[in-house]
Amino acid sequence: MKNTTTYLIIITLSITLYACSKSNEGCTDPLATNYNTDAKEDDGSCVYVITPVVGNQMTPAPLEIPQIFAQNILDPVIPVNNSQTIEGIALGRKLFYDPILSGDGTQSCSSCHSAEFSFTDSAKFSTGITGAMGDRQSMPIFNVAWNYNEKFFWDGRANSLEEQALGPVVNPVEMNNTWVSAVASLQANSSYPTLFNAAFGTTTIDSNLVAKALAQFERTLISANSKFDRFLLGQESLTTNEINGFAIFDDPDRGDCSHCHGTANNPLWTDNLFHNNGLDATFADLGRALVTNDPNDNGKFKTPSLRNLAYSAPYMHDGRFQTLDEVIDHYSTGVTISATIDPLMELQSNGGSNLTPSEKADLKAFLLALSDSEFINNLDFQAQ
Amino acid sequence: MKTKNLITITAAVLATVTIFTSCSKEEGCTDPIANNYNVEAEKDDGSCTYTATPPVATTHSKITFNFTHNFDGTAVTNSNFNQFDFVNAFGDTLSISKLRYLISEIRLHKANGDSVLITGHNLVDVTNATDLSYATTIDVPVGTYSGVSFNFGFDSVDNAGNHIDLNSASWNWPGMLGGGYHFMQMEGKFKHLGNDSIYAYHHGTARASIGVFEQNFFNVNLAGVTLTGANVDMEIKMDISEWYKNPNTWDLNALHAPLMPIYNAQIMMQQNGPSTFSLGTVTQ
Repeated sequence: MKNTTTYLIIITLSITLYACSKSNEGCTDPLATNYNTDAKEDDGSCVYVITPVVGNQMTPAPLEIPQIFAQNILDPVIPVNNSQTIEGIALGRKLFYDPILSGDGTQSCSSCHSAEFSFTDSAKFSTGITGAMGDRQSMPIFNVAWNYNEKFFWDGRANSLEEQALGPVVNPVEMNNTWVSAVASLQANSSYPTLFNAAFGTTTIDSNLVAKALAQFERTLISANSKFDRFLLGQESLTTNEINGFAIFDDPDRGDCSHCHGTANNPLWTDNLFHNNGLDATFADLGRALVTNDPNDNGKFKTPSLRNLAYSAPYMHDGRFQTLDEVIDHYSTGVTISATIDPLMELQSNGGSNLTPSEKADLKAFLLALSDSEFINNLDFQAQ
Repeated sequence: MKTKNLITITAAVLATVTIFTSCSKEEGCTDPIANNYNVEAEKDDGSCTYTATPPVATTHSKITFNFTHNFDGTAVTNSNFNQFDFVNAFGDTLSISKLRYLISEIRLHKANGDSVLITGHNLVDVTNATDLSYATTIDVPVGTYSGVSFNFGFDSVDNAGNHIDLNSASWNWPGMLGGGYHFMQMEGKFKHLGNDSIYAYHHGTARASIGVFEQNFFNVNLAGVTLTGANVDMEIKMDISEWYKNPNTWDLNALHAPLMPIYNAQIMMQQNGPSTFSLGTVTQ
């Protein structure tokens, strides 16, 4: 009978153990110090040894949005996979000024995008490393994070600033390199692997990381302190000529500039869209149509901003106008009708807006009030 | 013998207690809403059973407005753009290269005079086929409404506001013409004396004379609707041909561009506009 009792107790305990094995709880994380291989359900008991962070801590550096932008337009476009960091911006700045990206180590981005010219150059067409010349004017670079359509280049062929940055390095008439070669040069350099590690957490460089760093730097190139900006903020007054010039700019019967170049409520001074502004009857360069393959886009180019015109001559996609006077003359009497001319060139049947000499002078005075000398002199934007 | 029995019973009782104590993570139905909810159960074993509940009656609707476009009944999308597919009431043959317009303050009216306002605005962009669908988030009580209305453009209060989405879309109306925002931009070409000529049918605030402006938005009144569903899709149709007639037959040869500074043109647009819209299909 005693045996029977012992037997019963053993059986009972076995049943107990069996019944409870299903809900065996414990720490189920193999990385924890108290990992329990038998545990089937985590009970929150895991403990860990605190490990030092491997690699680097990137320091967020969100764009400082100027008041005149914050009051009037939507937030800038920052890709989710390329947020601004101090390390990324610093790397982008170094790359922007480093000829290492070009095929023979003689040209950097800044060769054709120089701060003193509002990040374009003064040539009609820029000359690449081989001596070959491009066929479009170098575009100025500022406020590019506010390009809501995210179409870059005169014809909009790049769909992001990162994609844009990939282009000139391998363009035969620009830096004429290959990305394999450019990346190899950076990888072999004594400082770049460390800088890429600081910016992106890897010493393995690739073209996408180069483009990301360049884009981060370019997004910091913000211009928002022209005389007209300060006027809108109540900090400075305009001359009579400048005020008259703004009225002409805004007047559909005279300048009619605002449909494409915006108004006082849009401090970008461009719609970032594509228009045929009546330069030619036929097109040596099809512009936007080269990207869309739509003949309705023949001869259309991106609207450039009117900021910083004082520094960014020559003008138009092909740099055909050396002075602002020539530009104003074009819109006044030089408008040429073609198959795709924009209906927003509303005075085209008269050849343009037929401004008087004093109206032209006033319009020019207003346009120059959109130039931002602080921007072109900002040391943060220049080579270190 | 009695002692042995006592030991056996004690052992059995102890074992049972052990089982219940150590196995307190009992399995069973853990859903308090279920018929067989087991307060002791900590792990659900999928045994819950439920009594079928009657569906909750829909009390409110959220409405999505879908904007469609036609020219005298022929559907128009951006795929028809840049083709001389259309003839207006005057007889002008025309194409469309851009069409976008602003609507605001949609309101559903009860027969007794009450109404529900859906605040906000939507910039319909036919050119880029964006914002053709306007999903509103305001709960509108279900029931029968005798009419649906909205503002084409902005009323004077909205037009005086600073709308950063519209500024960013380059939608402003020049200050010298009264400022605020465009209500519509419709552009394209028409056949003019054998040549292709452009038109820019832009609508906004009317300038009566220098410095004197007139509000120029209009209210559009559509047919009534009975809301029953939680989610309602309502089609709003624009017949583009109506912009050129009823009451003013529009000759593009006489009025093509620029139209923004021309008072009479702006007023004629405002007069022609209301009949361009009608209520289309309602699904819910």
